[in-house]
Amino acid sequence: MWNGIKVVVLGLVVLGAALAANYGHDLAYQVSAVIVAAAAALWFIHEIKHIGDKPQPAPKGYMDDVVRAGTIATIFWGITGFTVGVWIAFELAFPTINFGDIFGPYLNFGRIRPLHTSAVIFAFGGNGLIATSFYVVQRTNAARLFGGKLAWFVFWGYQLFIVLAAVGYVLGSTQSREYAEPEWFVDIWLTIVWVAYLVVFLGTIFKRKEPHIYVANWFYLAFIVTIAMLHIFNNLAVPASFLGSKSFSLFSGVQDAMTQWWYGHNAVGFFLTAGFLGMMYYFVPKQANRPVYSYKLSIVHFWALIFLYIWAGPHHLHYTALPDWAQTLGMVMSVILWMPSWGGMINGLMTLSGAWDKLRTDPVLRMMAVSIGFYGMSTFEGPMMAIKAVNSLSHYTDWTIGHVHSGALGWNGMITFGALYYMTPRLWKREALYSTKLVSYHFWLATIGIVLYASSMWVSGIMEGLMWREVDAQGFLVNSFADTVAAKFPMYFTRATGGTLYLTGALIMAYNLRMTMLGAGNAVTKAVPAE
Amino acid sequence: MARKPVKKKAPVKSTGHSWDGIEELDTPMPRWWVWTFYLTIIWGIGYLIAMPAIPLVHGATPGLLGKSSRADVAAEIAAVKAKNAPLDEKINGMELSKIASDPEVGAYAINGGHAVFQTFCIQCHGSGAEGNKGFPNLLDDDWLWGGTIDDIYTTVKHGIRSEDDDDTRLSDMPVFGDDYLSDEEIASAAQFVLSLSNRQTDPALAEAGAVVFEDNCAACHGEDAKGGREVGAPNLTDNIWLYGGDLATITETITNSRHGVMPAWSVDGKLSEAQIRQVAVYVHELGGGE
Repeated sequence: MWNGIKVVVLGLVVLGAALAANYGHDLAYQVSAVIVAAAAALWFIHEIKHIGDKPQPAPKGYMDDVVRAGTIATIFWGITGFTVGVWIAFELAFPTINFGDIFGPYLNFGRIRPLHTSAVIFAFGGNGLIATSFYVVQRTNAARLFGGKLAWFVFWGYQLFIVLAAVGYVLGSTQSREYAEPEWFVDIWLTIVWVAYLVVFLGTIFKRKEPHIYVANWFYLAFIVTIAMLHIFNNLAVPASFLGSKSFSLFSGVQDAMTQWWYGHNAVGFFLTAGFLGMMYYFVPKQANRPVYSYKLSIVHFWALIFLYIWAGPHHLHYTALPDWAQTLGMVMSVILWMPSWGGMINGLMTLSGAWDKLRTDPVLRMMAVSIGFYGMSTFEGPMMAIKAVNSLSHYTDWTIGHVHSGALGWNGMITFGALYYMTPRLWKREALYSTKLVSYHFWLATIGIVLYASSMWVSGIMEGLMWREVDAQGFLVNSFADTVAAKFPMYFTRATGGTLYLTGALIMAYNLRMTMLGAGNAVTKAVPAE
Repeated sequence: MARKPVKKKAPVKSTGHSWDGIEELDTPMPRWWVWTFYLTIIWGIGYLIAMPAIPLVHGATPGLLGKSSRADVAAEIAAVKAKNAPLDEKINGMELSKIASDPEVGAYAINGGHAVFQTFCIQCHGSGAEGNKGFPNLLDDDWLWGGTIDDIYTTVKHGIRSEDDDDTRLSDMPVFGDDYLSDEEIASAAQFVLSLSNRQTDPALAEAGAVVFEDNCAACHGEDAKGGREVGAPNLTDNIWLYGGDLATITETITNSRHGVMPAWSVDGKLSEAQIRQVAVYVHELGGGE
């Protein structure tokens, strides 16, 4: 009965999407509709194939197949996002490689840049968070994922969201809201997927066999709940037509800007900080085989972080049309946020006490330790840049880009790599990683890459800020914008080089993990006695 | 002297739970962490009292220091304006040709003109005023509408083919491909134009082109093809080209004409009179001024 309804609904979706593809007003909408029709058709065929199957007994043990899929997706989207990042970094240094003469607008910086940011934050980071949260929530609650196949819906639904978003960017459909560029129909789809994610995660916690909820799960839950709220409010918009991708925001002017940065900063706060702290709180103690340093600190810094982060958005709008009082609040909350952020760093690093010697022999742990170091550095840099006097120099410059990337490449990237190195042998039931030496190469390539990236952007940003504000004795500006662009070329080139190193390291990781999955090298498969 | 006995801390106990093998220690929070946290909160409260901070029904609390970023910017701009007002007055009252040689006003005009140029002109004319395809080089002495300070001033003020200004500089090269000339006539005229700057041509075509030129082009570009500034007609003999001097580009120019546009910078207060004078002096002094 239930399966019958499902098949009918899927059939209607295929039909509806095909009609939408036919009558759509713009190319992005039409292509998206074709993709939706194809996805629904695949699901339809899958259901038809299994419609006569006898009901299976409920599987026991942890649901790890969806985590394995998530691990592969994380690696795949990571490589994709880094590659696009390196490409646009070279576009900034050598603009002609957008090949506008040949390909038209499709490879323009303006279209490819959101492709990069979304690919690394939402596709790589998001898949990493979903996969690790499914891995962690089962083990720390001693319970199988709630909702049966719902976890697979979350996985595939999220991949569909990523593909729809990416197609929209390249074909020119965008809301022009930073980190929330996808248009209204993609937003609605993500909302559905995200609610399913919340149900799976929360359901698993409800049926836990542990008396208490482990700290990693607090952070994951804060991330899931807050992102849902932020996503919905930031994307309140009225579609111009249900057959086209264009929509108009419910807010206007400075209210719109404030909503956007309330969302934007908390994408950093709850996606890239809280979520990844959840990752850290599980994988660092596991890899180091040490207890978490301080339970008290974890409670206090958790609640302080959650309370304070949500206020910090206005620091993205210093010295704009935003009223002074909102700027003041944004700055004050950002500065107070410094210590709550560092609480996570202290807890992570001090968990290594008693295991410091392992840093010499275990490159995976070294990667995690360095990621926590970068986390500490960028959560100091952030509050500093939120101070208005500093911001008046740093705002709109490459310093911001350097800041974001020391956090994203250093903290989010490295902790995810660490988690992938930890999970892969366990998920594929291998003895060890294929090669520890390759992890070491990855570690050094990534670290040097980040250093080149961040330092060149600091130099470039501060130079830009100083050039922009330089006035002569009579109050006339000395430099034009084009002068600063010309002056930045060496830094742009260095940054692209750093990104290339980081990408190379990630490719080595992909090879290493692939070989681990296949059971080659050190990762020999355990011999199972025949029964 | 005996060393003080090192006090060995008792190992911190675990909280007692274990999740998938992970335990948590009951370590107290680091003191420096707690105190730094408190300090930032105390500083935050102080800052909220000093600055505009808490939104109320009719606006926010002004803060003890009474700061306002809008008022600050307005005051800064007013201060610069007040400081430069006497110079602006002087520059507006002076004969254009005398500005550059005046030690005080001249330097002011060059600096201000540079700032104006960097902001509004480089998009088309290039950051070094070297020009682009369709936008003339301002460094050389080849001028379409004249290179005296008064000519440049008029061009900046009223623009070229600007729809917003009745006094704009206007010239209208016909679209010769549009029924005026046959393809053969255009081809021969292009060959003739090539020959004007002593480049390789098809002599027979060029000869025929001379006749076409005489009948159709000489009225503006002159019998000697050296151009006419009163109608903005370029000199065709100096091998300096606005759109390009190869055969294909010249053919394209004759066939479809060009009609480049420059904004009238005095309209809608885009630039003030003083700024227009400044940038005119600046461009005049770049090297090609007459």
